[in-house]
Amino acid sequence: MKIAVLGAGHVGPVIARLALAAGYEVAIAGSGDPSRIEMITDFLAPGAVATSAADAVADADLVVLAIPWHRFGSVEPATFAGKVVIDSMNHWPPAEAPLGTSEEVAARLVGAHVVKTLNHVAYQDMEPAAGRAVGYAGDAPAALGAVADFLARLGFDPVPVGPLTAGRLLEPGSPLFGVAATRQEFENFVKEQQS
Amino acid sequence: MTTTFGLDTFGDVTHDADGTPLSHGQTIRDLVEQGVLADQVGLDFFGIGEHHTPDMPLSAADVVLAAIAARTSSIHLGSAVTVLSSDDPVRVYQRFSTLNAVSDGRAEIILGRGSSVDSFPLFGYDLADYEDLFEEKTHLFAELLKGGKITWEGKTRAALHEQDVVPHTEPFPTWIGVGGSPQSVVRAASYGFNLMLAIIGGHPGRFAPFSELYKHALEKFGHAPLPIGIHSPGHVAETDEQAREEFWPHYLDVIGRLGKTRGFATPTPESYAHEVGPHGALFVGSPETVAEKMARTMKKLDASRFDLKYGMGGLSHESLMRGIELYGTKVVPLVRDMLA
Repeated sequence: MKIAVLGAGHVGPVIARLALAAGYEVAIAGSGDPSRIEMITDFLAPGAVATSAADAVADADLVVLAIPWHRFGSVEPATFAGKVVIDSMNHWPPAEAPLGTSEEVAARLVGAHVVKTLNHVAYQDMEPAAGRAVGYAGDAPAALGAVADFLARLGFDPVPVGPLTAGRLLEPGSPLFGVAATRQEFENFVKEQQS
Repeated sequence: MTTTFGLDTFGDVTHDADGTPLSHGQTIRDLVEQGVLADQVGLDFFGIGEHHTPDMPLSAADVVLAAIAARTSSIHLGSAVTVLSSDDPVRVYQRFSTLNAVSDGRAEIILGRGSSVDSFPLFGYDLADYEDLFEEKTHLFAELLKGGKITWEGKTRAALHEQDVVPHTEPFPTWIGVGGSPQSVVRAASYGFNLMLAIIGGHPGRFAPFSELYKHALEKFGHAPLPIGIHSPGHVAETDEQAREEFWPHYLDVIGRLGKTRGFATPTPESYAHEVGPHGALFVGSPETVAEKMARTMKKLDASRFDLKYGMGGLSHESLMRGIELYGTKVVPLVRDMLA
């Protein structure tokens, strides 16, 4: 399976490194001068291929969105149809009430199978993954399976939290956001929200 | 590269012995005393980070730095950071070249995009533009540092035509503060600015690839090697236990509140124990503990400068003064020995 990481900022290179270590082929794309992205990739995610966003997405089975939320509007939606897409973005500064970035992502990337995850883990806490529990939310069973497998291979312990709308449970303001919660804590919190 | 040691503060409001917050005026006057003490104990740098909130009222850091300059003779004085994205580069240059004049060549500046976002709405900027603002304003600032008449045009301020920006000054050390964005590392290298790594959480060692990226990028852009610095929060007291106990309630309070607006988690006793331990980013402890961690981190990141960000809202002025004294007289000599 080929992975495309969109974003060469704080988060993108970390996820790219984890995916490389798990044995995936990884392409990474960012905004700005491609030669700078290449330099960043060489040092922070050696082994990944720096390329354009369009090429990275076209070749990939799974796309990780690791760009600032305000840049999402500049992502070209056409190439995403049929792809599994991880939305690891957050509103920043945090929105007054969680709005669910993933619902907006799914609405814009028509035909993509969007799964919300990793947004609630600070980039400095991702590596090593060390079996850390991470929540994931989405609607398409096949995509959920693919993402759970991907997260597990990276070294996380993926915990389903429900449909894509439940992705809000992972956003800023949630007691799960930014904390090292256990699988049990994730499951208890999700149950509380459902009751 | 010469090894240098500094202190940074965000100017948090200090409390008296009973825990009552002091006025903004008294906090700022105390800060001047802290800067003077930093000079007396032989430190190389004292920096003030721009903030615009009631618990961090240091919105005009350069004025405070000028007051410290008037009472000191050796220590370098600068920002940590100046939020350039929401300021006018011409005005920033004027303020710091004036500080350089007042201090007889002791000004430094650390430019940042701003993780503290309060200045954006205050001055009418949209946070969504912060990368573009920083990119363009850094470029203008670099042009201003070259001296001479400047002609410049951009989107973020009025154009300049053959403008003589005064006061004239010798170039002063300019750093870019980087919190974890590799693009900022490359940007610093492209301008030939020093690199200040702000390490405020997690394992400091994970920044080692950033140092390598910076050195490579400097070479690629045709610059000679330049200093790499580390900025990390901490607190020094006589013993580990005392330092940890003094710091914890204020750390919990400040980070807990900041987390609500910046999206990071409230600390727990477990997360605190991790951060003050060997793999965390808090330099809290006895002089020996802090020195050992500093030396190890500086070696790992090939850094020649370490700025301890001291102070946390609610600590007393007396406790901060004691920490500064220990840092200058005990910690820094120990680190110098360990690095020698």
